[in-house]
Amino acid sequence: MIHFDHVSVVYEDARQPALPTVDAHLPEGELCLLIGASGSGKSTLLGTVSGLVPHFTGGTLHGRVTVGGRDTRTHKPRELADLVGTVGQDPLAHFVTDTVEDELAYGMESLGLPAATMRRRVEETLDLLGLNDLRDRPIASLSGGQQQRVAIGSVLTPHPEVLVLDEPTSALDPPAAEEVLAVIQRLVHDLGTTVLMAEHRLERVVQYADQVLLLSPDFTARLGDPAAMLAVSPVRPPVTELGDLAGWDPLPLSVRDARRRAHGLRERLAPRIPGGGAAPATPAPSASPAPPDSVVPPDDSAPPLAETSRLGLVRGRVTALHDVSLRIRAGETVALMGRNGAGKSTLLNTLVGMHRPTSGRVTVDGRVPHRTRPAELLRHAGLVPQEPRDLLYADTVARECRTADTDAGADPGTCRALVSRLLPDIPDTAHPRDLSEGQRLALALSVILTARPPLLLLDEPTRGLDYAAKARLVTLLRELADQGHALVLATHDVELVAEIAHRVVILAQGETVADGPTHEVVTSSPAYAPQVSKILAPQPWLTVAQVREAL
Amino acid sequence: MRRFRTETPHTRGRRFSARPLVRAPLTTRSTALHPGAWWLWALGLATAASRTTNPLLLALVIAVAGYVVAVRRTDAPWARSYAAFLRLGLLVLAIRLVFAFFLGSPVPGTHLLVELPEVPLPEWAQGVRIGGRVTVEGMVFALYDGLKLATLLVCVGAANALANPARLLKSLPGALYEAGVAVVVAMTFAPHLVADVRRLRAARRLRGRGERGLRGVVQVGLPVLEGALERSVALAAAMDARGYGRTARVPVAVRRTTTALTLGGLLGVCAGTYGLLAAQGAGFGLPVLLAGLALALAGLWLGGRRTVRTRYRPDRWGPRAWLVAASGAAVAGLMISAADALPAALAPPTVPLQAPELPLWPAAAVLLGLLPAAVAPAPAPATGPDPGPGSGSRPGSGSGSHPGSRAGSGSGTASAADTGSRTRRAGRPRGDAPSPRPGSDDGGPRRTARALRGRNDDEEHTQ
Repeated sequence: MIHFDHVSVVYEDARQPALPTVDAHLPEGELCLLIGASGSGKSTLLGTVSGLVPHFTGGTLHGRVTVGGRDTRTHKPRELADLVGTVGQDPLAHFVTDTVEDELAYGMESLGLPAATMRRRVEETLDLLGLNDLRDRPIASLSGGQQQRVAIGSVLTPHPEVLVLDEPTSALDPPAAEEVLAVIQRLVHDLGTTVLMAEHRLERVVQYADQVLLLSPDFTARLGDPAAMLAVSPVRPPVTELGDLAGWDPLPLSVRDARRRAHGLRERLAPRIPGGGAAPATPAPSASPAPPDSVVPPDDSAPPLAETSRLGLVRGRVTALHDVSLRIRAGETVALMGRNGAGKSTLLNTLVGMHRPTSGRVTVDGRVPHRTRPAELLRHAGLVPQEPRDLLYADTVARECRTADTDAGADPGTCRALVSRLLPDIPDTAHPRDLSEGQRLALALSVILTARPPLLLLDEPTRGLDYAAKARLVTLLRELADQGHALVLATHDVELVAEIAHRVVILAQGETVADGPTHEVVTSSPAYAPQVSKILAPQPWLTVAQVREAL
Repeated sequence: MRRFRTETPHTRGRRFSARPLVRAPLTTRSTALHPGAWWLWALGLATAASRTTNPLLLALVIAVAGYVVAVRRTDAPWARSYAAFLRLGLLVLAIRLVFAFFLGSPVPGTHLLVELPEVPLPEWAQGVRIGGRVTVEGMVFALYDGLKLATLLVCVGAANALANPARLLKSLPGALYEAGVAVVVAMTFAPHLVADVRRLRAARRLRGRGERGLRGVVQVGLPVLEGALERSVALAAAMDARGYGRTARVPVAVRRTTTALTLGGLLGVCAGTYGLLAAQGAGFGLPVLLAGLALALAGLWLGGRRTVRTRYRPDRWGPRAWLVAASGAAVAGLMISAADALPAALAPPTVPLQAPELPLWPAAAVLLGLLPAAVAPAPAPATGPDPGPGSGSRPGSGSGSHPGSRAGSGSGTASAADTGSRTRRAGRPRGDAPSPRPGSDDGGPRRTARALRGRNDDEEHTQ
């Protein structure tokens, strides 16, 4: 269905091609997963299939891409619209109309399908994606998962034979991601759609893939069986890491594969369970041997660094938070989880005084955030928002650091020193917008850390990060916790939570529905359990690093 | 009415017993009133308002428009603009009064309110006056005049709140479609920009800079513009990939004819308008204008052949749309004739000062504008508090358990259910499409909810 024939792309002003030479053929009805580190050219390769590269983005396409017999060199994206459906990373940037039903019909209207056909397909797609209750809703009022489903639905209605998806589940909570993946799998199995998909969160998708196209760092591109490709891949999910550690061959791709073979491993691990028995007293949340005071958070009698009591927040007719009582101590890492729109970001924003609580109390470091001047609050609590670039205004890294020093009243050079530690080879003159997602996060984090706030809040810190960038972030956050910073992360990333959080708080509809030590909370709910815990249950292991250490 | 009550289940009967006699259907996609009908109705009211300065009649027009908006507007974003128009109307009224106070009024009057010191102006500024006598008559005249302007604004605001602008643009002829999309995109763009500014100003707070006001807005200007540019490029790419701008091949002859017709038509319209407005040549003005219009319309129609687009569920102009539009036209027509018949009542004199009277039959005519409150489809009852993003389809959030929403979906989705079954009979698109499994889509969230509950139980046990 898709032929890549010596494909390579060189953008203007670039010295080297944006992706390795790809030579591959994807047959009809296959789900092919595109993997590689950030910056390896995944999005560019996806763009060549829909014709957006090079027709829309510029640059030079070498070789030839043929989709369903049509050459993308001679066909513009709009002439491929009936054959290829594309959903980019940000579904909001994809929507042309304002309601769900109109959005589903938009592509068909452009293709000029008859009214009766359009109506029938819209109804079918509403059912297929479970969107019928939302058909009249304005798109802006939908949650992330719902928007992603609408975006997929909107390219499905013209019945494309090829679907190109760029990170379809990265911004979604685990249950919503499962919904979207279930739909994609149904399309592949029932309709014979060919799907080419790039995704950072391999643990979610790799088990569904028929083939894997690997763009490796040594600048080659290989297509092959998922297990074989993961064996040589620089990025891989925990389940495969664990398989590699245990020496299983072929490598497992799904929790089910791994569980079948995990019997021996469980036996080997049984005597090494920390604390002995199935209910460990001190599960090591950090894999490296951390100082004891960070493993067991300071005792309960110490006054909390931040506290909310019966916090309620009503905005318009929406109750965003309801009776949230939370105590955060110095040196503690707390993960906030819950579906999109459950109130995680609102709670973080309230802790830095962006919202005035409707009821209840909130104190941070002895201060009431919304009554504290921003310039002063900066030294007590810092938030890195979901979109780190919101924090960055200047046009060079150096200028950004200088303003951060002034804002925080820190010694000149403080911020730049932090940046150099996190991003050793970043030039002073780089423009913040040209940085990669991970680099931008590190810069924003340095800006916030310049004021040395004891309470550090991070909203979705791992969105768009590959495994390497994530590992660097984890190391850094552990160090900060050891230095006595209290960290609160709002995240969907269960693997990250398993690695660093002492405590997990789950929010639903603005209320706390669970609050407890990480190992208890995540293992008792299948949607929030990390892969290693699913494989080795009932033993209390959470991460590959813990297992590696124990062996 | 009684029949209705006996038919409906008592839960619904109780809820709807306060409704007016004539029951309009609930708004769904297929019963929604044509947006053009709302505009005609509102323009009718505006025309009526422009014919009178009687404050009682103007207040009546505002009340009629306000009542219809109150009972027939939906929860949609554009519907919230009504309050903005009301405020704009008040502002216009205030400005008119302030000007009349300080700049004086041409209306002669005897009741002196205050005497401001008059600023001496040079000779060439004759006719302009600053300060001086302020009379009650002058202020009342300004009040009437400002009220008329405010009423016009309120009427436009009512149309804005009641008619979906995107759907109105969908009714444009095919040749104008691409321009229409540009307008729609621009309209969705503005709210995005506002949201961006808000978000970035909130982020400024995170960096310890709390300035509010203009300075804060200016400093986030550049990032906001950058973001807007990025978003428009992304949107353009998405639209291109979804087939925007696909054109059908049209013979060269047809294309040339289209161009000729459109150009000729526009020239005709210009010449005709000039003829009508100029002192001489009114005789040939009208025919030329009409001919130009006809040519331009033919050009548009022919130009439409180049677009391959079709329209998904266009709004239908049904009997209810006729009634709504007719009620607006009736108000306008009656008021115009009233202005001829009762000039004194419709434009109450301010010199000498006297209390305005409410002329009976023009007032009754304005009340005709209330017809849409009865015949236009009613907005679906609110499904409890808006659950906000994230909980729309989740179980237990109130959609479905609320009596009002059940009534809404009961009558509203009847047509959807019909088409659903028709769909299944009509066969599958390609291969064997999965049959829609009701409830299967709820599996994910419901499972999570169970899991969450399960985990809660666990916790209680461990405690």
